[in-house]
Amino acid sequence: MKEIKGRVFLFGDNINTDDIIPHRYLTLRDNGEIAKHVLENLRPDFVQNVRKGDIIVAGKNFGSGSSREEAVNVLKVLGIEAVIAESFARIYFRNLINLGIPALKINDVKKKFSEGDILKISIKNEVIVNETKKIKIQMCKIPKFLVEILEVGGILNKIK
Amino acid sequence: MKLLTENSGKTIAEKILSEHSSNKTISPGEFIEADIDLVMVHEQLGGRIHKEYEKLELDKVWDPDKIFFILDHWVPAPSIEAAKMHQDCRKFAKKYKFKHDIGMDKGICHQVLPELGFAKPGMLIVGSDSHTTTYGAFNCFSTGIGATDVSVVFATGKLWFMVPETQKFSLKGQLRENVMSKDLILQIIRDLSIGGAEYKSMEFHGDGIKSLSIDSRMTVSNMVVEAGAKSGIFIPDNELVEWLKGRSISNYKLTMPDDNAVYVEEFNYDLSQIVPVVAKPASPDNVVPVSELPEIKIDQAFLGSCTNGRLEDLRQAAQILKNKKIHPDVRLIVIPASKEIYLKAIREGLIEIFLNSGAIVGNPTCGPCFGGHLGVLGPNEICISTTNRNFIGRMGDITSQIYLASPTTTVASALKGKIVDPREV
Repeated sequence: MKEIKGRVFLFGDNINTDDIIPHRYLTLRDNGEIAKHVLENLRPDFVQNVRKGDIIVAGKNFGSGSSREEAVNVLKVLGIEAVIAESFARIYFRNLINLGIPALKINDVKKKFSEGDILKISIKNEVIVNETKKIKIQMCKIPKFLVEILEVGGILNKIK
Repeated sequence: MKLLTENSGKTIAEKILSEHSSNKTISPGEFIEADIDLVMVHEQLGGRIHKEYEKLELDKVWDPDKIFFILDHWVPAPSIEAAKMHQDCRKFAKKYKFKHDIGMDKGICHQVLPELGFAKPGMLIVGSDSHTTTYGAFNCFSTGIGATDVSVVFATGKLWFMVPETQKFSLKGQLRENVMSKDLILQIIRDLSIGGAEYKSMEFHGDGIKSLSIDSRMTVSNMVVEAGAKSGIFIPDNELVEWLKGRSISNYKLTMPDDNAVYVEEFNYDLSQIVPVVAKPASPDNVVPVSELPEIKIDQAFLGSCTNGRLEDLRQAAQILKNKKIHPDVRLIVIPASKEIYLKAIREGLIEIFLNSGAIVGNPTCGPCFGGHLGVLGPNEICISTTNRNFIGRMGDITSQIYLASPTTTVASALKGKIVDPREV
């Protein structure tokens, strides 16, 4: 997998799928249209500021709530290339991996990352470099099975 | 993490997963591939699933007999966009020759699927909805998945799983009058916190189960996902067997855990000690006894949803509302979870009680629970609701607030215009 480089957007604990994309936009069905409303209840300027390669960093239980895969797909549409969190809600974790977005579990995120930090992530070497803070963070080992899904860009490419 | 040895016993989740996989000695944390018995899909079929599946360029699905397709979230369509979504769903179901196209008149997926006999003990069921955990009440391992996962199941009939650790909940005693299983599960979610069962299976044991009807158990299994759980499975008992017999459901495998099964944590609950509670905004684990609340006036009360729109819920609510009028400043919305329940409620005179009390009765649908239609909240409005999530803006405007409660607490509050303990009405 190629190296990921981008800026940190920092969030707290228990960000749920209604926060990421409220249900009222799901009937729009056009990914670009839905993506205009990502995280608007929490940070109305998020969509304006985010750009390709950026990285979401959050606390515990990121993505709790509904199974709506739109809540992952819209991040993909906006160019988010990785999500780092202290823990993930299970359906959200599956949806990230299945759509080929690395879901990386890291403890004490607030000590290691600040808003706007520049990160370089190497899945292959299992390491995150925070270039702004000049620190190197070792990831938990990602099971081979999941790396294989990420390497081909998502599970549909694996079963094709 | 406790690793299982070959001699370790299995929990219900471990048994069902291993029986559906080629790997018979599974341990928590391990990745397996399992054969799916049934996949439930709703409007997500026309949302993302059809687009994802069509990327695979396949002209059929693995087994059209193992797909349960129902429309329930936006029923009947409240907007042109929702109507288009329904059109895409139906087109897909026809193209791939689904055998169980349930339509949109039957009710909410998690109620209708068991009513029609599709949830049998021992099954491995997945669905495009997080509350698919509901079938744990029927001794199934069942869990929610996203659109891409559904596409994988449509194509292969298999799915990857990480084997979950299991938490054991031993229940004893009996709930007191007007205290409901909703109060129990809200109390459990408070004790665990919103991520306290993340990636785990919850398993319900003990003599206390006997006093819980199947309706009550479904409410518990439905809401385990609010603590992050992957499934919430009840030990099978005579009550379940009788329920299945009553619907002529046969060919199933009751699944018990082994005596030496390994649990990651164990919890004990005395049902007689549970009191009416609410989850305050904006998290299902923000739970307090109703008696500790300050005065909270409400604008709307909602009785319904896959969590609490069942016959038992309507019966208990009607008992409180009989010969009474709701507070003039409150809107009470009642939505039975299925047509079967709706018909029974008509025959039992419950619907008449609701209408005479001043309630608005709607057709079976998820409707207001997710802010879809039939009772969307305006700015700064406060709603007491029997649903499962009280996240910011869930039922409407982002300044509106939701208190989650049992059916009895909800309708008692509708009578008084403020949140009250149902035992005081």
